Amino acid sequence: MKARLKVCRGAPGEDRRYEHYEVPFEQGQTVLDALRWIRVHRDATLAIRFSCINANACKECMIRVDGKTVYACTTRLAEREMTLEPLPNKIHLRDLVTEIAPPDERLSSASGDE
Amino acid sequence: MNGEAELLRGKIGGLKPTHQLSAEVLVIGSGAAGMYAALAAARAGAQVLLVDRSLIGRGGATVMAQMTVAVALGEEVPDTPAHHLADTLAAGRGLCDEALSRLLCEEAPACIRELDAWGVGWARTNGHISQVQAPGHDRPRCVYVDFVNTGPALSKTLRTHLQRTAAVRRTGDLLVTELAMSDGVCIGAHAVHLPTGEAVAIAAKATIVATGGLTRLYARSSASINMGGDGYALALRAGAELIDMEFVQFFPIGHLSPRLVGMDPIMWDPFRYKLGGRLLNAERREFLGEEGRYATARDHATYAILSEVAEGRGSPHGGVWLSFEHCSEAQLRTAFGPIIDRLAANGIDLTRQSIEVAPIAHYHMGGIAVDERMQTCVPHLLAAGEAVGGANGANRLSGNAITEALVFGRQAGERAAALAARTAMPTLAPRAAAPSAKPDINPAAEIVRLQRLMNEHVGPLRSAEGLARALEHLEALRDACTGVPAPRRALDSEWLDRHDLRNMHAVAECVTRAAAARNESRGAHQRHDFPQTASDWQRHQRLRLAGRELRLEG
Repeated sequence: MKARLKVCRGAPGEDRRYEHYEVPFEQGQTVLDALRWIRVHRDATLAIRFSCINANACKECMIRVDGKTVYACTTRLAEREMTLEPLPNKIHLRDLVTEIAPPDERLSSASGDE
Repeated sequence: MNGEAELLRGKIGGLKPTHQLSAEVLVIGSGAAGMYAALAAARAGAQVLLVDRSLIGRGGATVMAQMTVAVALGEEVPDTPAHHLADTLAAGRGLCDEALSRLLCEEAPACIRELDAWGVGWARTNGHISQVQAPGHDRPRCVYVDFVNTGPALSKTLRTHLQRTAAVRRTGDLLVTELAMSDGVCIGAHAVHLPTGEAVAIAAKATIVATGGLTRLYARSSASINMGGDGYALALRAGAELIDMEFVQFFPIGHLSPRLVGMDPIMWDPFRYKLGGRLLNAERREFLGEEGRYATARDHATYAILSEVAEGRGSPHGGVWLSFEHCSEAQLRTAFGPIIDRLAANGIDLTRQSIEVAPIAHYHMGGIAVDERMQTCVPHLLAAGEAVGGANGANRLSGNAITEALVFGRQAGERAAALAARTAMPTLAPRAAAPSAKPDINPAAEIVRLQRLMNEHVGPLRSAEGLARALEHLEALRDACTGVPAPRRALDSEWLDRHDLRNMHAVAECVTRAAAARNESRGAHQRHDFPQTASDWQRHQRLRLAGRELRLEG
C-alpha cells in the first residue's frame, strides 16, 4: 500500500510550499511512521517534533492532518492523499514544528530576555 | 541579563548570535532524576537552571515508565531496605556497586513518601499504598499509579512542583553539545537553542548530567528518541569515567505484533503482575515453566525467549506468544481498566487472541562512574538517574529505575548545591562555531543502520564474531562522526541527526568494546562463545578517553 503525503515545508521568512511524497506502508502504520520514513529515505532536513515515537506519552507530535488537529503517532495512514500542516495557532518554527512549550519553559524566560 | 543578552546577540563575524546564561547549579535533562535534582538543589538554597533537549518533563524515559517502582515501604507486608538491598544485589549478578545500591534502597522510602505528599496518586488498597510483587523481589514491594500511568503522573507532579519553585529556571529545546571545562574542572556547558540554531553558553558552579540511558542505540527500544547516550558522550569527552557499559537491559516481553499505537511497548508487564499471563512458544508450550505465575527475572526471560526463536519455536514475527486467554472478560476488565478500550481500538481482543512479544532495549545498567554523592572524577561534574552506572550491576531488579532516578536525583541536587555554595561563579565565553557544511551522508539513515547493527550484534546475545563486525562498522563510520560544528539554520534537523549520530557512535563503541572484552556471560551480557559466568570476571570494566583514544580498563 502507498500513502500520498502532501507536507507543508518552510520556515518563517521563507516561501511556504507543499512537497509531495509517496510512502509505502503496512496496515496499522501511522503518520509519524511515514514522516520518519521520509527523513531516512528521502530528505533528512524535514523537521518534525516527537520524542516517544509510538506511545502517545510525550504529546509532542501534534500536527494538522487534513485540517484536523491530531497526534501524528496515533493517526493511521490511509491509501489516499493526506495533507500535513503545522498547528495554525502556534508560532511556526519550521516545516511541521511549532513552538508548543509553555512560555515559562522557553529560553527567553530562562535567560531573562524576550 | 537583558543588556548582556542584547549585546551578545550582535552578530560575531557573520556567525549565529549567541546567548550567555549562568546558574549556580545546571541540570541537564528533565526526567525524574533531573527534575528531582533541580528541586533538591533549589531547596538547599541554589539558583538552578534546568535544561532539556526536548520539552521539560516530556521527553525522557520517565514519562514512558508505565510500570512499578520498588521501595521498601512495608505497607503491604513488613519490609525493610535491607531486604530490598538483598534482592537488588542478587539481581545484579555479583556486580552491583554496593554503596550505590544501599543508598538507592535506604533513601527510597523518603522519596516515595514525598511524592505521595505531593499528590502523585500511588494506587491504594483499603487506605494503604498498594505494593505488588515483581520478579526478583522476595515480597510485594512495588508501588504504581493505575492504569499504566506511573511515569506520566510522576513527571506531571515533579513538573508542577517545579513551576512553583522560583529558584529553578527551566528551558526546553536546548541541546547541550559539550561540557565546558577549565583546568580540569567543569564550569558549565555549551548548548544550541534548537528553534533558532543559536549558540548558548551556560556558566555553572556545578553541573548535573541527568540525560538518561542509551536505548536509542537499538532498533527495538522502549524509550524516547532522545535517549541516545548524550550524557555518556558528554561525560566521556569531559574526562569522566564510564563503568559497566556492556550491560544493556533488554526487557523480555516488549510488544511485537499486531501493531499497537498509542501505547508503550512494555505495557504488558503490569498486567502480568496482576493476572500472570502465559508465555508460549510456537507449540503453545509454557517454555519458562512459570505455570501462569510471573516469576522469571529479566535476563533469564530474555535469554529463554531468544533461545526459543533461535531453535525455530518462535512466533511468526520472531518473538513468542503472550496469552491472557485463560482470563475471563470481567477479570481482564478489572485488571486492564480503560486500557481494554485502547486495545480494542487497536483491534486486539485478549479473550480471543494471543499477542506476540520479544525482547526490546529498555534500560542501561552501566553509565557514568560516581561516588555516593553522585560526583564524577571530574570536579564539579555530577550525574544522576539512569546516566549513573553501578547501582544495578549486570541486571537491574524490576522497579529500581524510577527509584534510582529519584534517590540519585535528590542526592545529586543536594551535593551540587553544597558545592555551589562554596564556589565562585566561573566565566564562560560563548563559543561561536562556524556552521557545518552539508553532510555527504544522510545522518537519519546512518542512525537507522547503526541501530540495526547494534540490535543484531550487540544486543542481548553476543559473540566475538558479531562484536567484531560491529566494531568494523563503527570504524568505517568514524570519519562521519568527528566534530560537529554549528547548525546551518534554525531547527536544523539534519544537523541534529549528525550531532546525535556522533554521540551514538561514541557510546556504541564503548558498549561494543566492553562487550568484546568480557569473555563470559553474566546478567544482561550473554555470549554464545562464553556461556558460563566466570568468577574472575566479577569485576567492573571502566572506559575513559586518553587524548582521542578510548581506553578500556578492568
